[in-house]
Amino acid sequence: MKVRIRTVLKSAGSLQAGLDAIRDDSDLHAAGLTSHATVNLMLALEEAFDVEFPDRLLRRKTFSSIDAIAEALAEIGVRDEAA
Amino acid sequence: MTPWLAAARAVGVEIAGRHADDVDARGRFPAEALSALKERALLGLLVPASEGGPGAGIADVVVICHELGRHCASTAMIYAMHQIQVACLVRHAGGNPWLRAFIRRLASEQLLLASATSEAGVGGDVRSSVCALDERRGRFALTKQAPVISYAEPCDAILVTARRTPQSPPSDQMLAVVLRADADLQAREVWNTLGMRGTCSNGYRLAAEGEIAQILQVPYADISAQTMLPTSHLVWSALWLGIAGEALSRARAFVRAEAKRKPGVPPIGAARLAEAMGELQSMKGELLACLRQYEAAAGSGDALSALPFALAMNNLKILSSQKVVSIVGQAMLICGLEGYRSDSPFSIGRLLRDAHSAVVMVNNDRIVANNAGLALALRDDPELLA
Repeated sequence: MKVRIRTVLKSAGSLQAGLDAIRDDSDLHAAGLTSHATVNLMLALEEAFDVEFPDRLLRRKTFSSIDAIAEALAEIGVRDEAA
Repeated sequence: MTPWLAAARAVGVEIAGRHADDVDARGRFPAEALSALKERALLGLLVPASEGGPGAGIADVVVICHELGRHCASTAMIYAMHQIQVACLVRHAGGNPWLRAFIRRLASEQLLLASATSEAGVGGDVRSSVCALDERRGRFALTKQAPVISYAEPCDAILVTARRTPQSPPSDQMLAVVLRADADLQAREVWNTLGMRGTCSNGYRLAAEGEIAQILQVPYADISAQTMLPTSHLVWSALWLGIAGEALSRARAFVRAEAKRKPGVPPIGAARLAEAMGELQSMKGELLACLRQYEAAAGSGDALSALPFALAMNNLKILSSQKVVSIVGQAMLICGLEGYRSDSPFSIGRLLRDAHSAVVMVNNDRIVANNAGLALALRDDPELLA
């Protein structure tokens, strides 16, 4: 799942630095993820994983790292294919 | 009425209102009103009891901004901007001993706080910074080209946004407390505007140094979302409501005088007055609903960071800023030439000029653009009382 998250992040995250420098627990906001880009990222994740984030997950923390995104996706029923 | 509101009303009636025209005409700092607010200990209201303050809540500040807005919009705006900074400090200082000591000083010495969030080169986006905190040996230095810093000269400290490090992206911002005595301010643009002339929001090149402990440890993104944006929109809307209310008071006095002059003949402006009062009621309703929403969310960082909450607070700003212009315009029409004159007791000119600042101060178009992003993300919430 995290590999797919990275793919989405690459196209929708508008990050300055390359994704290689970003660990799964790196702070994406510190890496330059703006609030505008967060919305784009959310829409791209919904499209890629065919889910909808409920309002309670629509906050900055949900998109603060690849780990946090994976956790949120798991919470709304996305199964980790690696598991 | 709380003793705080009573004190603010006395300052408004006896001091701020009396000097308002002079402050406006000369574009000067309302020094008399700010000294009076200081003397009555109204600057440190939000400081909790544990730090030596009265521990008042945002509602207390909101009612004071509304009251001051009736008498001198510049005084009200300065008071509002100061309290936004205090709210950020009080909520996000954490256990940092330097900041805690500063908050205690704020209450005991009634310090006045200013803000330097806007910057040249970021296209008006306060969530982006060019300048950065340069850390060396436990101290930081920063230099910021600030197109506006309101009341920078008479303030005691300035809260400044900057990138976390010189390597950080523009959106990775922190907030630092810069003491006025440690700030080198080189004047750039002079604040010569249509209204809100007393806020003295001049442009400066700000250079400052300080201890690392003067930097709030919470990312500015969280401070902005949880405290700065919602409290800004609440206190601003309150003072705009004050301006609108004052304009309608003048309009009502005018209509009443007409009615007395020609008994039995309904004054021409009476229907328009009634209509404008309906608009004022809806403006007040929106403010109070958002105030309650903020108070309900205040206990939880998550609730304050939620997108529907941000959308609601942004909408409060947009709606209130539009309504104040509309209501004051109605008051002008009701008073006719007496409202248009600058030397009549029914004069609306200053109120109208001050009101127009509401739509351009943090431009509504920018907020609408942010809301457009939020609107894409949000789901429908069909429950009325949720």
